[in-house]
Amino acid sequence: MVEVLYFAWVRERIGLARETVQTDAATVADLIEQLKARDPRYAAAFADVAALRVALDQDLADFAAPLAGVREIAFFPPMTGG
Amino acid sequence: MRITLQQAAFDPGQETAGFGQGRADVGAVVTFTGLVRDDSGKMQALDIEHYPGMTERAITAIAEQAISRWSLADCLVIHRYGHLAVGEPIMMVATAARHRADAFAAAEFLMDYLKSRAPFWKKEIGPDGESWVAAKDSDEVALTRW
Repeated sequence: MVEVLYFAWVRERIGLARETVQTDAATVADLIEQLKARDPRYAAAFADVAALRVALDQDLADFAAPLAGVREIAFFPPMTGG
Repeated sequence: MRITLQQAAFDPGQETAGFGQGRADVGAVVTFTGLVRDDSGKMQALDIEHYPGMTERAITAIAEQAISRWSLADCLVIHRYGHLAVGEPIMMVATAARHRADAFAAAEFLMDYLKSRAPFWKKEIGPDGESWVAAKDSDEVALTRW
């Protein structure tokens, strides 16, 4: 079980800020495929992964990163701080 | 080092009063304050969302890098989130170093990294609705100089 968090327009498209997900996905990319298959809101949010960033346990990661041992996964658009 | 993440407005003058002062090894203090700018002339407010937990962690890591790379005597980062009005301070950085070149470089480094590596997302609120601010390619390019 992992906590999956969504921010900014990813959160708006999915309609959720966070959820607990039961998954056997080996990598971030695998998890994205599983989420996209759930319903059109997820498919819309993950339609263009090049427009997304991912953090694993609050550190930026890439889509090929393994999920073993990860407790918190966050998806969001490129950051706009400062 | 002080990292502050807050919703409330802040006074940059008050925050930097005494910063880096009273010690013999500091010859330069640089401060930068970012304000809410309205390019369209129609913006009513800026909403800033962030990722509690990761935000503090990311800013701390960026500040620690700046401190070690430019041998800073002190470093301050304040960043707001929530609902901000046009013209209000959004964030500020201050750096204290032996010489000004290091204080300036460290402040620019902090700004470049906060822009695209600290988990904040800006949304502009206007009379015709709301829109997320897109990250600029130039922000990513700016990181390559470090």
